[in-house]
Amino acid sequence: MPCISADGKPTTSGMATLKSLKDGPLTPEEIAGKTGQPLFKVRSGLRELKNAGFVEEATDKFVLSKNGSNLIQ
Amino acid sequence: MTLLLNEENQFPVLGNQAPEFEAQTTHGTLHLSDYKGTWLILFSHPADFTPVCTTEFIAFAEIYEELKKRNVELLGLSVDSVSSHIAWMRNCEEKMGVKIPFPIIADLNKEVAKKYGMIHPEQSKTETVRCVFIIDPESKIRAMLYYPLTTGRNMNEIIRLVDALQTSDKHNVATPANWKPGDPVVVPAPKTSEEAEERLKEGYDCKDWYLCKKKLPES
Repeated sequence: MPCISADGKPTTSGMATLKSLKDGPLTPEEIAGKTGQPLFKVRSGLRELKNAGFVEEATDKFVLSKNGSNLIQ
Repeated sequence: MTLLLNEENQFPVLGNQAPEFEAQTTHGTLHLSDYKGTWLILFSHPADFTPVCTTEFIAFAEIYEELKKRNVELLGLSVDSVSSHIAWMRNCEEKMGVKIPFPIIADLNKEVAKKYGMIHPEQSKTETVRCVFIIDPESKIRAMLYYPLTTGRNMNEIIRLVDALQTSDKHNVATPANWKPGDPVVVPAPKTSEEAEERLKEGYDCKDWYLCKKKLPES
């Protein structure tokens, strides 16, 4: 998986996505712009990070969950 | 909408929505909808660790940067496992010195292959033929190429096809035979006799009222 490793922790690209959200909610397009990752990879990564409980989706934007915030502290 | 080839195989139609899928790839689980907003070249090859496919994969990797400049992503597919794909990609890097930067679908159950008519039993009952689907940012199928197992694809033609489609979209024109960027384009045929008359005064290079070309402004 691109954003979550087999042990359930975010990979390097997953951490980059989480860190991009530390200042507030972003769209996948904005995350792609901020991290330099291709849009398709950001979207698939956000799906995994959401399933793993690290981000939450609010309308078109994604925001760090409590677990996600704790992880990047 | 797709045409049904037989009970198992569908055949996509130009201009229609590309069939959605969820697939295991070398970059994790990907959906077609993950590519919304970018152009996508979905292409299949018969099998990993085969000679023609290896030359094609290296060639696709070599045009990847050119494609990215055009907002195009690449996504490969074959009826092999993720482990096989990873081993082959590593082999390409170790033996040929070329890193494969794009994901490859591991379509072991042929789910995606059947949606896109990639299995042609007269060629092979188990392997996908050499298909190329050019899918636009709205997920519509804009062009399809089907090559037999024996024949590797031409990367210059694939780039040319992308350039032609994007030029047609941007300028509402068509492109003539053997067109390449910078060449004159074809002005769409007139729909009324009044338009046919008027276009002769537009300063186009017209062979006749129905065949007019013009140069596009430098971009």
